[in-house]
Amino acid sequence: MKKTLGLAALAAVLACSTAYAQQVNVKIGVLSDMSSLYADIGGPGSVAAAKLAVADFQKTNPNVKVELISGDHQNKPDVGSQVANQWFDVDKVDVIVDVPNSGVALAVSEIARAKNKLFIVSGAAASTLTGAKCNPNTVHWTYDTWMLANGTGKAMVKTGGDTWFFLTADYAFGHALEADTTGVVEKNGGKVVGKVRVPLNTNDFSSFLLQAQSSKAKVIGLANAGGDTINSIKQSAEFGIVKGGQKLAGLLVFSSDVNALGLPTAQGLSLTETWYWDMNDANRAWTKRWNAERNAAGKYPTMIHAGVYSGILHYLKARAALGAGEFDGKAVTDKMKSMPTDDVLFGKGTIRPDGRKIHPAYLFEVKAPSESKHPGDFYTLKATIPADEAFRPLKEGGCPMVSG
Amino acid sequence: MFEIFGIPSNALFGQLLIGLINGSFYALLSLGLAVIFGMLNIINFSHGAQYMMGAFAAYLMLKYSGLGYWPALIIAPLLVGITGVIVERLFLQWLYKLDHLYGLLLTFGLALIIEGVARNQLGSAGLPYVVPDELRGGQNLGFMFLPNYRAWVIVASLTICIATWFIIERTRLGAYLRAATENPALVRAFGINVPRIITLTYGFGVALAAFAGVMAAPIYNVSPQMGSELIIVVFAVVVIGGMGSILGAIVTGFGLGVVEGLTKVFFPEASNTVIFVIMAIVLLVRPAGLFGRRA
Repeated sequence: MKKTLGLAALAAVLACSTAYAQQVNVKIGVLSDMSSLYADIGGPGSVAAAKLAVADFQKTNPNVKVELISGDHQNKPDVGSQVANQWFDVDKVDVIVDVPNSGVALAVSEIARAKNKLFIVSGAAASTLTGAKCNPNTVHWTYDTWMLANGTGKAMVKTGGDTWFFLTADYAFGHALEADTTGVVEKNGGKVVGKVRVPLNTNDFSSFLLQAQSSKAKVIGLANAGGDTINSIKQSAEFGIVKGGQKLAGLLVFSSDVNALGLPTAQGLSLTETWYWDMNDANRAWTKRWNAERNAAGKYPTMIHAGVYSGILHYLKARAALGAGEFDGKAVTDKMKSMPTDDVLFGKGTIRPDGRKIHPAYLFEVKAPSESKHPGDFYTLKATIPADEAFRPLKEGGCPMVSG
Repeated sequence: MFEIFGIPSNALFGQLLIGLINGSFYALLSLGLAVIFGMLNIINFSHGAQYMMGAFAAYLMLKYSGLGYWPALIIAPLLVGITGVIVERLFLQWLYKLDHLYGLLLTFGLALIIEGVARNQLGSAGLPYVVPDELRGGQNLGFMFLPNYRAWVIVASLTICIATWFIIERTRLGAYLRAATENPALVRAFGINVPRIITLTYGFGVALAAFAGVMAAPIYNVSPQMGSELIIVVFAVVVIGGMGSILGAIVTGFGLGVVEGLTKVFFPEASNTVIFVIMAIVLLVRPAGLFGRRA
């Protein structure tokens, strides 16, 4: 008996030492907007989320050594490309994460492909990242324009909002969102009666809102983001759009935007997200840790932050499973796709061959001030869109890797 | 109802009015810039940041001391104006004799610092501020729905603009001020404290920016970058009006608001470039601006 125990102990020691011998080194770069309009939906909060992911993973896998760096792309594709090139070539970064702003993300995705590295998108929205512009080195984690359009668009049409007018941000993201939503609206029997393309970072939407008002469309779709969304919602309240019987559909609204609008202005707004901090105990517990790491009381993590956490965790699992040695980006991506995903924030999920991460989406409605029980209590859950319906069907994306 | 270039006249009137409202903001902001440039010869690049400070001051007053919109409309410009006075005493007063570029660089640097601090303390996503109760709702004018708050913006902005123009161009105080810029040594010989006048003028220009900031808080997103988004357009307005010309700043402010409003109907994609196109044309034809005097 004693002998068996001794052998077991010896075996355990040996096992440990082989594990140590198989040390895995990885370097992760969080590339985000650190100092401008998307800094609250991604930015330093994404870095905090990345740190939590690394800490959680290393608790059970001390043999994986992770170096984490971060950078600012300033919302400029040229700056983002330059940082990505330098990280991959000089700093030997294995994977770039986050990258809000679809323009920058599309550029970084192309660089990851050319250098055979890995790119996990959490912040950007364009569904083309896993559609026509898909590649074997990019995984699109949190959300995309198709999912937003499908979630909010379908729900609005189903509840009688069958004529639409779009206020569209005049760049890649806005066009993608408008196109995806138009598809959903028309498929469900609705009609688009008009649209106006608004330059990015417009201060005053009143002209456009008047046009939307006189179009008599039942729904005004806001295919914009960040400050543009906030300004357009704030001003449509002023112009009595909702009181006049028209509905607003915020196609991309983050909890930070709702915070910026205040519940009196934002109440009643329908929106789709894939993660909300106050939805269950696991999310609330994580938010507490995130707050401590972020060192910012009174801020709430967005789904982008949650996606950074979840994406890095899955990457580390896949990388550790491959073991020591050098692996190119495609090999790691393939491993990630072959393993089911599972974490406390998004639950169980998968990554499709086109790089699309699949999980449920949630249709929320912003609470009235009287319904809100505590700070950050923003949403009522209206519907859950199951994972297999939340994202664009694999065949419809036009991704060359899938259609052959 | 008749149509003009395929646009129903109703819609067009609405857009003209909207243009005037936006013009009010351009006029208020470019007025401050014109006063500061005209009197101090400083190109105040921190004007946008000071506009943002006005909006943030209003937000913070509401949050921490419960002071609403109306007190904020007076107190916020005063507070921000005082910071302007401090900036002038500490930095700007040493730059008057140097090239314009130094003032521009200094104020630009200040703007970056102010924005950075605001972003760090209050985040980039923006903060809520609601329209005061008295000005909620609106009037149906037949051709458009005019929110009461917007009507108030036009009235307040026009009043401030005309008052400022009157003080500087038509009163004794304004005469001192203009004389002090023209020939400081002579004015000082008459027993007038020239540096103090200049300091207060800068403070006043900054307070105008903060006033515009408070006016903007209920309708625009209150965020650290709200000023830098607007300031470039406002500079274009000042350049078109003629650097330092107060009347020019006011007239072009309102005028360009209208032009921009019309562009938003006929060709929305160009609405944020149209002002710069006009600027280029004006600079080609009249390098000193529409109302500027050739140096």
